[in-house]
Amino acid sequence: MRGGGLWQLGQSITRRLAQVDKKGAGRRYFASEAELKKTVLYDFHVANGGKMVPFAGWGMPIQYKDSIMESTVNCRQNGSLFDVSHMCGFSLKGKDCIPFLEKLVIADVAALTPGTGTLTVFTNEKGGAIDDSVITKVQNDHMYIVVNAGCRDKDLAHIEEHMKAFKAKGGDVSWHIHDERSLLALQGPLAAPVLQHLTKDDLSKLYFGEFRMTDINGAHCYITRTGYTGEDGFEISVPSENAVDLAKAILEKSEGKIRLTGLGARDSLRLEAGLCLYGNDMEQHITPVEAGLTWAIGKRRKAEGGFLGAEVILKQLAEGPKIRLVGFTSTGPPPRSHSEIQDEKGTTIGEITSGGFSPCLKKNIAMGYVKSGSHKAGTKAKILVRGKAYDGVVTKKPFVPTKYYKSS
Amino acid sequence: MHFLNSLAVVKDFKYAESHEWVKVDGKTATVGITDHAQDHLGDVVYVELPEVGAAVNQGSGFGAVESVKATSDIYSPVSGDVVEVNEDLNNSPGLVNSSPYEKGWIMKVEIKDDSELTNLKNSDEYAKFCEEEDAKH
Repeated sequence: MRGGGLWQLGQSITRRLAQVDKKGAGRRYFASEAELKKTVLYDFHVANGGKMVPFAGWGMPIQYKDSIMESTVNCRQNGSLFDVSHMCGFSLKGKDCIPFLEKLVIADVAALTPGTGTLTVFTNEKGGAIDDSVITKVQNDHMYIVVNAGCRDKDLAHIEEHMKAFKAKGGDVSWHIHDERSLLALQGPLAAPVLQHLTKDDLSKLYFGEFRMTDINGAHCYITRTGYTGEDGFEISVPSENAVDLAKAILEKSEGKIRLTGLGARDSLRLEAGLCLYGNDMEQHITPVEAGLTWAIGKRRKAEGGFLGAEVILKQLAEGPKIRLVGFTSTGPPPRSHSEIQDEKGTTIGEITSGGFSPCLKKNIAMGYVKSGSHKAGTKAKILVRGKAYDGVVTKKPFVPTKYYKSS
Repeated sequence: MHFLNSLAVVKDFKYAESHEWVKVDGKTATVGITDHAQDHLGDVVYVELPEVGAAVNQGSGFGAVESVKATSDIYSPVSGDVVEVNEDLNNSPGLVNSSPYEKGWIMKVEIKDDSELTNLKNSDEYAKFCEEEDAKH
């Protein structure tokens, strides 16, 4: 291993995780500690053994005292608490906020029941993904939206541009970026029982995708029953001045079973759950159809269009996309982003976009794009790692079964 | 930036700045990566071993160690021919983490030129080198 290379190791970890923001990336990776943004939990992470690394312009914990593998396994056995305050939460308000938003995303926003949310994609004129996002209808005149940290500047500029045009035509929409709030993600089987100790609200009635504004540990929070791990859990938006106390309360109530968990394990967990990481599995030139998110395109939207890039997307729905995102398991070293995928004869058929060793399954898992026709589960392939070809097979996602709390 | 500080070095081994160790026994050298290296890498999930019979050169890459999140090339601290590789690492790559200086050894090399060993650090020099490296970050 190269001398100084261990520092570069930390860099390569963040390079792998932080490809969400290539513009200005060089500047950010080598930003001094003073230039990195800090969440209100920064000192709390350090005090708890957090290894801090630069991520999308923020100083974030990649792991704590336990290893990434241990952390990942613990999330599914007990639970994990993540600080995801670097992500950007904002509200769209106004009586026309729904038609405004519908121009920018593929979801059937109008059909969402108040108090429910969904994963969606912000598209560009070519039908490509600007970002993926969880959008929630609070009321018919209030949408609560969370976007990726690495895409914050890009997304907000995009929305602002469209908002100006929309308002110029007389549309009633305004926004507020929730920089006064912090975001915690609580995931795993103990998430609900532990959180229940801290709120009077009956969490057993809050199902996957549902949203509520409620008091937790005495703080006015927004909670959504959702996450990025495949486990049952919540994303909790809390006023920043209450964030550290809430984190402490959650950890204490769990008697140490729920652990502070970093971005390293977060990446392993989402890969095991077959979830896309924007910047790796989805980019500006990839459509939601190619990325396997056709289910997220509202039925009415498929019929009517009316969002950026609809013509491209509707055409792909009719004819089938030329490439598709699929899962892989493989032998040998773990495939990494940009590993070439070949068919059994050695012809290139695609490229890996995310890969690693699954701590829970104890085997390699990966996601990548292959040309249509080679995408069926069970298709044998070769994956090139450092010049050598290893056996791989197209595998259905999620790799680890999900545990979303759904009403039967 | 903060890094965990768990530094173990073995007195009689020699060390490269690229964090490999070598234990010399006559003409045979056993090679692995240091405790410092495995600690920074995290859980090792795969080790790319060299072929028995392959020639290695001091300072040149001879394989790779994969952790959950990243790949690291490993560089030979000695020149010579590979006479044995640790096949246990195929099924138990974690030995590199749990026993970096013993059970987690990677390869054995028949050395051609032991004067090259003077290019390496002793345990005190290596320990100091690691402290300085960590302090920079």
